[in-house]
Amino acid sequence: MTTSGSTSRPPAPIITRGLTKRYGDLVAVDSLDLEIRPGEIFGLLGQNGAGKTTTILMLLGLAEKTSGKARVVGFDPARKPLEVKRRVGYLPDSVGFYGAMTGRENLRYTARLNGIPAAEADARIEAVLDQVDMSGRADSKTEEYSRGMLQRLGIADALVKDPEVLILDEPTAAIDPIGVVEILDLLRSLVDERGMTILLSSHLLSQVQSVCDRVGIFAAGKLIGVGTVPELAARFGEPFVRIELVLDGLTGAGDIERARGVLAGVAGVDDVAAPEGPRDPWTLQAMPDAATAVRVAALAAAAREGLPLTSIRELVPSLDDIYRRALRDRGLPGGRAAA
Amino acid sequence: MTGARRTTGRRTVRKRTAIAATATNPTREPADGSGAEGTVGPAVEPLRRLPSGWRIIAGKEFADHLQSVRLYVLLIVLGAAALIPLYFASERIRSLAQAASGAQAVFLALFTLGPTDIPFLRVDQFVAIAAPLLGLGFAFDAVNGERHEGTLPRLLSQPIHRDDVINGKFAAGLAAITTVLVSVVAFIAAFGLLRLGIVPAGSEVVRLLGWLVLTILYVALWLAFGTLLSVVIRRAATSALIGFGVWLFVAVPIFGQLIVSLVGTFVAPATGSTQDVLAAAGTQQFLLRLLPSTLYREASLVLLNPSVTAVSTPVSIGQIEQYQQQIPTLFSLDQSLLLVWPHVVALAALTAACFAVAYVQFMRQEIRA
Repeated sequence: MTTSGSTSRPPAPIITRGLTKRYGDLVAVDSLDLEIRPGEIFGLLGQNGAGKTTTILMLLGLAEKTSGKARVVGFDPARKPLEVKRRVGYLPDSVGFYGAMTGRENLRYTARLNGIPAAEADARIEAVLDQVDMSGRADSKTEEYSRGMLQRLGIADALVKDPEVLILDEPTAAIDPIGVVEILDLLRSLVDERGMTILLSSHLLSQVQSVCDRVGIFAAGKLIGVGTVPELAARFGEPFVRIELVLDGLTGAGDIERARGVLAGVAGVDDVAAPEGPRDPWTLQAMPDAATAVRVAALAAAAREGLPLTSIRELVPSLDDIYRRALRDRGLPGGRAAA
Repeated sequence: MTGARRTTGRRTVRKRTAIAATATNPTREPADGSGAEGTVGPAVEPLRRLPSGWRIIAGKEFADHLQSVRLYVLLIVLGAAALIPLYFASERIRSLAQAASGAQAVFLALFTLGPTDIPFLRVDQFVAIAAPLLGLGFAFDAVNGERHEGTLPRLLSQPIHRDDVINGKFAAGLAAITTVLVSVVAFIAAFGLLRLGIVPAGSEVVRLLGWLVLTILYVALWLAFGTLLSVVIRRAATSALIGFGVWLFVAVPIFGQLIVSLVGTFVAPATGSTQDVLAAAGTQQFLLRLLPSTLYREASLVLLNPSVTAVSTPVSIGQIEQYQQQIPTLFSLDQSLLLVWPHVVALAALTAACFAVAYVQFMRQEIRA
């Protein structure tokens, strides 16, 4: 089910231009320009009430836009909602199922609504249940499910129609940490193995950071930054990179002073922060373009000077930090909260 | 932990391919939406025809109704409402039938006769009271229940129109109430045939079917009203309570008449001359007719009893004289139908109005609260 392979530029599955939604005076989504590329996982990140769900509902034709344009899998969701909805799988925020029916029966209902013949549907349902690791519990009533199980079943439900695009609203909310990793792995495999395009929204930034190819930072109805995490870090993050290294078993005050001198002498290092405790890592600051050279040079210097270096790595900036900085740059509330 | 690391590892690989793709294809199409249409649609393999959504929803909802505890509770309520008066009716029919063999419409007397001392204890009266619960019971949580369970956004994200949901649910409710009412009436008829040995005449069967259709219409009104409540009111418990309150004052005769006489006394007090008293009676009758339960009761009486030739009580001296001079007669079926036609039209219009308001409200509502 991939989109046309004949052209070298497959069209973007989701495009919006100036998409706007107003509720009276409140602007929930403010002229949103978004382009999601085929075969990527795009994270729409922002606080609760930032307009993520409203955007998603407009993309599915479930909410009327006030103005602007949207194209989802080539169709205008406001005019051809059925064409969009038959090709797009959707996991709503806090998804629900009919409690008196089993998980499998709930999925069969979805299959019927999508016009999938019964025999084909049963095979598909078996496959998607297996994908979300719910085969074992599929025949119990969904009123007995935990929140996390409902979430998994919700993903299976969105996959029943074999969609080209998957839209997931807060897919990791209410799921335990191990479950989150499993779900993110599943999403990654859907993209890698089946060429699906995924749009997910989340307010748990650091949780989904690892799985998204690109993210869009959403605040007060506006998209204030789009790109990969490193791109956004370069734009909104600190102007330097941090390199973390561990000097194992270095405790004496003299040793520490000597190590500080050695590290400060490495070309490209702008600042050296000694660890507070004996087990804590050291931190070096450098300009982004010098980061790799600094790592190589620090390694060489440590070997030359006999420092007990056991690990060295560049710190990936946290999306939470980027988000707060982006908000602060725009003068939006939330920029200073909880540093 | 290991999972997280694996994910990160894979991401790095992907990132590289993504960068490579961008490098080989630096002039990415700005892709305004209009250009995309037509390129994506036809490229997709032809999709199968979509089924009509309301039918699938109705099928699922109907199956739910048949398996619900609610159905059995309502069957018991309605069954009891029919069985208790049926007992008295059959007692009286036994005693009457011996005296008046060859009497008209004996079979229908099963539905219209009760003990002489308690006028309300009749099948038709009891059904008039209990049947609305059937309509309310199948509809009061139709939409807000889905909202509460969080199934509405998921349901609406399937390739169906939004009105398929409310249409399908209403159709399923209609099918469920028809099933229940047909079985209850069939049960009473079978009881009459087997226990009492009364064989209905052809016209009686037609009258009974007419009454059945009227009853289904009446319950459909309550179904539409319940659907309206479920759309407008967010909590199922609240909509059930409001529905119950309305039922109490509209469908239960004692409470309904209480309200009507209160309002009537206020509008046209029955004091002084005979004229005033009659005028007050006229006002009361008009007010009562505003209640759909009165419409149903009157129409049901005319359909089930061929000897009822008028639905209005006389409210002027002339009418009273006319009434007294009337020769007792039996109405043929078409005459009875002519008499209840306005009632049927009014009930149908009320049902349509209730459903229309529910429909429009549902179409306008936001998907989430």
